[in-house]
Amino acid sequence: MGEIIVVTSGKGGVGKTTTTANIGTALASEGLRIILIDTDIGLRNLDVVMGLENRIVYDIVDVTNGNCRLKQALIKDKRFENLYLLPAAQTKDKSAVSPEEMEDLCRELKEDYDYIIIDCPAGIEQGFYNAIAGADQAIVVTTPEVSAVRDADRIIGLLESSDLRNPKLIINRFRPRMVRQGDMMDIEDIVDILAVDLLGVVQEDDRIIVSTNRGEPAVMNLISPAGEAYRRIARRIRGEEVPLMNLEESYGIMNRLRRFMGLC
Amino acid sequence: MLTDAGEELIMLLEYINRVLGKAASSSRIHARERLRLVLVHDRAKMSPYFMNQLKEDLNNVIARYMVIDFDKFEIVLDQSDKVVELKTSVPIKKIRRDYMDRIKRSS
Repeated sequence: MGEIIVVTSGKGGVGKTTTTANIGTALASEGLRIILIDTDIGLRNLDVVMGLENRIVYDIVDVTNGNCRLKQALIKDKRFENLYLLPAAQTKDKSAVSPEEMEDLCRELKEDYDYIIIDCPAGIEQGFYNAIAGADQAIVVTTPEVSAVRDADRIIGLLESSDLRNPKLIINRFRPRMVRQGDMMDIEDIVDILAVDLLGVVQEDDRIIVSTNRGEPAVMNLISPAGEAYRRIARRIRGEEVPLMNLEESYGIMNRLRRFMGLC
Repeated sequence: MLTDAGEELIMLLEYINRVLGKAASSSRIHARERLRLVLVHDRAKMSPYFMNQLKEDLNNVIARYMVIDFDKFEIVLDQSDKVVELKTSVPIKKIRRDYMDRIKRSS
């Protein structure tokens, strides 16, 4: 029986889609059977981040409307044959899928896959409730800014009142140098305020933009610090105890070089 | 649009300012405090249930000492610039003569 994880944030632009793509790819690289579902109907993006936009024939609304079978809408990843994407519809709106339809869909997928990872739309409207309807657990993504953390707090409240207890937090776009200078909230500031478990910290990394440009998730890049952070997050999701990355060192040129040459 | 060199220069100037004590204290502290304050409001506003629960709990404590007019018992979160305060107005009907005994018994 698989596990259904919804990736959410409240605020837009904090990295939900990037997080979904990278965690999914990292888990698939360990041989697990993975499905990624884009529920941002009308504003689909997970296909582009995964580099699969040219392969879409059917989408999630075609499945729920009965225009095609679920298996027909699943798009196989370029890199891993055990990784699939169920894309969002681009032409419909967010009410095109109901919470009950999502639950049915999740139940069906659970039989054949180890993890089903759902990319939630921004906001707290119906699209949010649809995305979380079938989930077993939730990941909340935030960045170290007042606005993003505030929205994360709101989302945590809504998740808990929808019976998704103990959501796990990912702090994205973390910049150790700014923290050192006293100009960015530190990890413990955010974890204290939100009072949730930390799943991981992903530092700001220019390679994320490069990887999105290419449609190749950063976890495929062995010298990307963000990629390494996502690989660790994936291992934690599987229940492994993995220490946080040393955020200071990961910025050093020598360390990147060493990692590149496989020395650490 | 600033060039990279331009940005580096500005960062250097900011650093010098900070060292000389001219710049305001670190923005991390500002962010943390503003966030703390805004969440006190968000969380309190999110549930009227919480305010009612607090009111009943307070009443249970106060009742050991005095009898109050529960219908006129008011409790609000009040925001000024820097702090959020819990303000209450508790009209008293009577003070209990035997409150010493009650406290001893309950403790």
